[in-house]
Amino acid sequence: MDSTALVKVENLSRFYQKHCAISQLSFSLKPGEVLGFLGPNGAGKSTTMQIITGNLAPSEGQVSIKGYDIIESARQAKQQIGYLPEHPPVYREATVDEFLRYCAKLRRLDRSSIGAAMEQAKSHCGLNEVGHRLIGNLSKGFQQRVGIAQAIIHNPPVVILDEPTVGLDPLQIREIRGLIKTLGSERSVILSTHILSEVQATCDRVQIIREGKLVYNASIEMLKDQSSEHSIVIALKKPPAPERLSQLEWVEQVEAIDSNRFRLYFDATSPVESLVQESVAQHWGLYEMIPDQRSLEDLFIELTQGNRGADNSLESDL
Amino acid sequence: MILTIARREISAMFLSPLAWVILGILQTLLGYMFLAQVDNYYTLQPQLVGLENTPGVTDIVVASLFQVAAIILLMIMPLITMRSIAEEKRNKTLSLLISSPISMTEIVLGKFLGLLLFVVILVSLLMLMPLSLYLGTALDTGKLFSIYLATILLLGSFAAIGLYLSSLTDNQTIAAISTFGALLMLWVIDWIGESIANSSSVVSYLSLLRHYQSMLQGIFDSSDIAYYLILITAFLVLTIRQLDRERML
Repeated sequence: MDSTALVKVENLSRFYQKHCAISQLSFSLKPGEVLGFLGPNGAGKSTTMQIITGNLAPSEGQVSIKGYDIIESARQAKQQIGYLPEHPPVYREATVDEFLRYCAKLRRLDRSSIGAAMEQAKSHCGLNEVGHRLIGNLSKGFQQRVGIAQAIIHNPPVVILDEPTVGLDPLQIREIRGLIKTLGSERSVILSTHILSEVQATCDRVQIIREGKLVYNASIEMLKDQSSEHSIVIALKKPPAPERLSQLEWVEQVEAIDSNRFRLYFDATSPVESLVQESVAQHWGLYEMIPDQRSLEDLFIELTQGNRGADNSLESDL
Repeated sequence: MILTIARREISAMFLSPLAWVILGILQTLLGYMFLAQVDNYYTLQPQLVGLENTPGVTDIVVASLFQVAAIILLMIMPLITMRSIAEEKRNKTLSLLISSPISMTEIVLGKFLGLLLFVVILVSLLMLMPLSLYLGTALDTGKLFSIYLATILLLGSFAAIGLYLSSLTDNQTIAAISTFGALLMLWVIDWIGESIANSSSVVSYLSLLRHYQSMLQGIFDSSDIAYYLILITAFLVLTIRQLDRERML
């Protein structure tokens, strides 16, 4: 692994009694990268994040942050991370300002720089208007923002967010995603989620984890490439026989969905141009054309549920 | 850093009505008992005049006031210590502290210091009552100081035990009840010692009560102080280890 990595995870394993939550996980995070950590519930996402932030001890393996080992030199390592757990760790009976001031002190900021750090974190997270309100009286979305604000108040190079948009309404989700994007322009972010569109919207790189093992690791562009399918759905008012459609240039196979709709499969080049020309010439009455996207969900399901044979043998051991 | 956590602890206590209610009720109860003791002393006074080596007003009024106070506080301290770690576990806010660049020792010491600060406030408020006697009579200042220190040490060890039991659970009620049980056990443990003639020395030495009583009488024995300090240290170490251990589970 390269030495420039901000976060370096090597052969990380973690057991809860006999149950293995994650096994032999290795990955690294480069500066300025937003890494999406994707997996179904219970795949070990939170466990991994808790280990990276020092909330859990690993059973095996090492985590280092900016070269500091999370166990050996915990203080220096923890100074480099901001962590938002699944449940924002906020004191409901404190006001936003009190809470952020306390967090700033916990992160060992100088007395003189606390004010500026608080202002910055608040304006980043859109908390300027609620500084004097009790956290317990704020909406879930605002509590989540307070949670993010506490994670970035000491300006850490790495921010770790565990399912930051769970339980928010669509508008709040959009806001939080925007916030994560702006975070990603200045720092490295690790983001765990089981929502795929979130990864598409915010991340540079994706890792999919299944039953404690890394099953997929690629940049978001590669993921998009893999997820685009080579097919297209068309609807025609006066359709010709399917055989006629399959004679079109580039079309490899035709599947009739109903009397008006067809799915055309193609290999490399899209047949759209010839289709449109032919449709006009032959008066087929083309009124609908949708490029088929194999959804990320499909890929995700394929990766996370694929081949379970190995696990069955494990279960029979128990 | 320890001070930051301690300050947050004490302000959290006073942000909830619990601390105020406890202080209010305690002050009312003990105020009544204080008055009763003063009244009692008033009737006793003529009988004491002729005797040699008579107990003074500090012994009769103040020492017996703090004797009662200790028993009431044994029931009340669990209510103060129960939330310190159990609440953070329940609300999942402990990870805020753990993922901050501070050690477990600092977290536990901060929490304990917060409790100790509350104890000092509480005992100082109680001490105002005996001090008011200065208006009409002379008191034994040395004894008064001994009682003050003894009560703080006693409540400090209550707090350390409570903190440890609070770190074992995320349920505040269980923390409170188990603390109460542990304190009561340590309080009455020398009753057993008395009934079993030979083994009395070790068992009764463990009793919180015995060391407290000798200090209330103004006997300032360094072994009593050491007893409390060792007890406090032991439970703080246990708490630190417990929190560290939880990361391994």
